Amino acid sequence: MTSAVLAFEMAYWQQSVLRSVGVLAAVLLPAGTIVYLFLFKMMSFMQSRLGPNEAGPYGSLQLLAEVGKWIQKEDIFPAKADRKLFAMAPYIVVASVLLVYVAVPFGPDAWFARLDTGIFYVLAVSSISAIGVLIAGWASANKYSLIGGLRAAGQLIAYELPMVLAVVGVVVQAGSLDLFEIVRMQAEGEIFGLSWFGNPFILTQMVGFVIFMIATQAELTQPPFDMPVAESELVTGYMTEYSGIRFLLFFIAEFASAGAFGIIAATLFLGGYWLPGLDMHADYMNVVGPLVLLGKMLFVTFIIFWVRFTYPRFREDQLQKFAWTLLIPLALVNILATMVLKVAF
Amino acid sequence: MPRPRRSGPRAPWYGKGMLLGLKVTAVEFLRTVFPHRGGLKILKPNPTAGAVTVQYPREKESPTPRARGVIALHEGNCTACMLCARSCPDWCIYIEGHKEQAPPRRPGGKPRQVNALDRFDIDYALCMYCGICVEVCPFEALFWTPEYEYSEPRIADLLHDKSRLGEWMETVPPFEAYEPGSEMKVPKVPPT
Repeated sequence: MTSAVLAFEMAYWQQSVLRSVGVLAAVLLPAGTIVYLFLFKMMSFMQSRLGPNEAGPYGSLQLLAEVGKWIQKEDIFPAKADRKLFAMAPYIVVASVLLVYVAVPFGPDAWFARLDTGIFYVLAVSSISAIGVLIAGWASANKYSLIGGLRAAGQLIAYELPMVLAVVGVVVQAGSLDLFEIVRMQAEGEIFGLSWFGNPFILTQMVGFVIFMIATQAELTQPPFDMPVAESELVTGYMTEYSGIRFLLFFIAEFASAGAFGIIAATLFLGGYWLPGLDMHADYMNVVGPLVLLGKMLFVTFIIFWVRFTYPRFREDQLQKFAWTLLIPLALVNILATMVLKVAF
Repeated sequence: MPRPRRSGPRAPWYGKGMLLGLKVTAVEFLRTVFPHRGGLKILKPNPTAGAVTVQYPREKESPTPRARGVIALHEGNCTACMLCARSCPDWCIYIEGHKEQAPPRRPGGKPRQVNALDRFDIDYALCMYCGICVEVCPFEALFWTPEYEYSEPRIADLLHDKSRLGEWMETVPPFEAYEPGSEMKVPKVPPT
């Protein structure tokens, strides 16, 4: 995408505008797809009902209708809220999601920014959302919001660690922090002397993949890890006081970050934009690659939402205990085993 | 200290319940999307047939006979005694009446005085469907009917006057016998 664009002589601002529009499209399209396919339709079918089916064919325009509704709504500020922070918080959360997409490799030349330490950058910016959530909870001047925000912050910190440690296993095996390099290692690697399907790291890093997915579920505050927005006790946690466009931003951020983590998981563990039988350096991969990546992202988010619709929520102490006493030691053992095997072979 | 080994059926292995849960939702999903078993139809998704929900505007669910949908008024039985209006918890019944001379019942008798009903309104924007008015009416003038489609774009239109309330009488279902053990209640029979 970008290289094809760069072939034309463009001013810097033109490139910047194109990249911004590209990131917005790359964020909103998958997020909309996820919401429609999984949140609206799959959840309904799993509960033996139809879900939205009036707006557009098979209800596919329902999300647009909802967005229109939210935009019309009044943007309410609580009387005692810290107005500036309250207004800013949803933008911080959305920005952290948008920034994640910047470093993702969609194809050999299809990228928004090529970073040597891509995965480090992704994990760093994705945890900015914790700050936004904490600000939202604090600025609302509401006890439910505050408790929700604190729970969210505690949870995001607790599960950031196993996620990073699970990724370290992949990084050790690939020998690089560069997401492009990680994809290349999976495409050109071999396992047990077989090379035709490469070496997607889900095979060797199965434990890491499971830890990453569990931590992702918690980072997204999806059930069973949705203690911060536990509606039976906290209304909707840090989102309680938000309405209209700002609530919409939180909503977009929730599902766009589901897509973002789906893409990251697909890149780290499922071979990224590469599929067996495709030449990963060919030019056509700039078109096919994003589609392959989208497909893999949908597979990963399918698992996320399947788990979401199945399990009841954890208690807060169970949730913390699960991260600190099970996931983190397991991830450390995983890193150790990976390093030993890496040196041995 | 070694734990005593459990006898009897073996404990389920760790995580079995988690996987069973995933299976339950997946099976329900497939059952909804592909409702027909066997044959070639199994590959044709048809969630409309598979879902257990009733698709309301397209197909109507028939409510139970004693459903509290709307209250009907049998005007001829009403004596404007105001018991219903006074017992209404949110004062949504408005009654006005006046006394009239009625012809004597038998020839040679004295002309009677009866209460004629000028106004009998129920404001369904206020009504909370408690049914006290129906219970309290001593003259069998109020009845529950299971009809429920009377929403209005304007809230003022939810005030049903006596002619509208009278129209609901056609929808009053025939009386169904009470359950055994509740014979003490006096059955409310719609007038024929």
